[in-house]
Amino acid sequence: MTKFFSFSVLIPLLFFALPNFHGGLHIGDKAPDFSLKSINGNYVSLEDFEDAKGYIVTFTCNHCPYAVFYEDRLVDLHNKYAPMGYPVIAINPNDPDIQPGDSYDDMIVRAGEKAFPFVYLFDSEQKVYPQYGATKTPHVYLLDKDKIVRYIGAIDDNAREPEEVTERYVENAIAAIEAGKNPDPATTKAIGCSIKVKK
Amino acid sequence: MKYKQLIIAVIMILIQLNLIGQEWKVDDVVVYEKFDDLEEIFYQNNDTIQLINFWATWCGPCVKELPYIEELHEKEFNFPLKITLVSLDFAKKIDTKLIPFLNKKEIKSEVVLLNDSKTNQWIDKVDPSWSGSIPIIVIYKGDQRFFFEQEFHSTQELVEIIQKIK
Repeated sequence: MTKFFSFSVLIPLLFFALPNFHGGLHIGDKAPDFSLKSINGNYVSLEDFEDAKGYIVTFTCNHCPYAVFYEDRLVDLHNKYAPMGYPVIAINPNDPDIQPGDSYDDMIVRAGEKAFPFVYLFDSEQKVYPQYGATKTPHVYLLDKDKIVRYIGAIDDNAREPEEVTERYVENAIAAIEAGKNPDPATTKAIGCSIKVKK
Repeated sequence: MKYKQLIIAVIMILIQLNLIGQEWKVDDVVVYEKFDDLEEIFYQNNDTIQLINFWATWCGPCVKELPYIEELHEKEFNFPLKITLVSLDFAKKIDTKLIPFLNKKEIKSEVVLLNDSKTNQWIDKVDPSWSGSIPIIVIYKGDQRFFFEQEFHSTQELVEIIQKIK
């Protein structure tokens, strides 16, 4: 009887718990910190940004056309918001054996070509992106100063045509946080390249 | 008079031969500027199994997966199978990228191009669980529906899913 009882309680619990476990971060969750190697050779964590009021954590890469579309806009975002306390923290989650062009050395080259003003980190063990639940590049997680996830999704509403953008999701979300409100929308969706996972 | 008929017959044969050759041309790919105009392909209510694949020539895993989808044309199922490849290639590059690719890979499926950049407005309409990465595959007949945000690695995996459909 006790055995039956414990199973009957545990099994449904397991089913409920699993999707959350696999789904990564949701709005309102506390984001885990990490220590990842930057293109400068040093290791970077969120806690290194002592005066941050938030973090624009962006999973991105070199090869993906959609990531490339946003390179200039990511630079602009950092230049505008880092002085206000919201730095861009770019993370390449791809396995370079699967995706040529996304190696650590390639990251250094691309960051140099585009003069990235933000840190560009390599999730070489592919342990950070699953914790966040990133599935594609680019994929933004906007955190507030307590590392609470406030916005997940795209940078704006038009990847291909920057001049046709009508909603700047990340900028609007930062404005909402600054005004003490919840970002609306708090999540958006965009096409991106699937994260290339080590086999 | 007889010559005229002969000329017409020759022209007809030439057209036929050209069709058999299945050379892709720019006009063969219908471009949809709005997802809403394409949406009906997800709601066909007949005896045909629909397989819809979102892909692009710039997407490595999509390109790798495509031959497994194409091979389904050689398989027999209990119902007719209609395959639609929805390309997310850039409309500007249809003639330089997409068409040469379709010819090189001898693609037999219907190919359309979706050029609607307001992605946040339509991704959920394909499937609410889709995060936005490609490739994806939707397989359905009537209200039996499967959605996969993943890359398939064999034709057999797809065959097994299609065989589940009653």
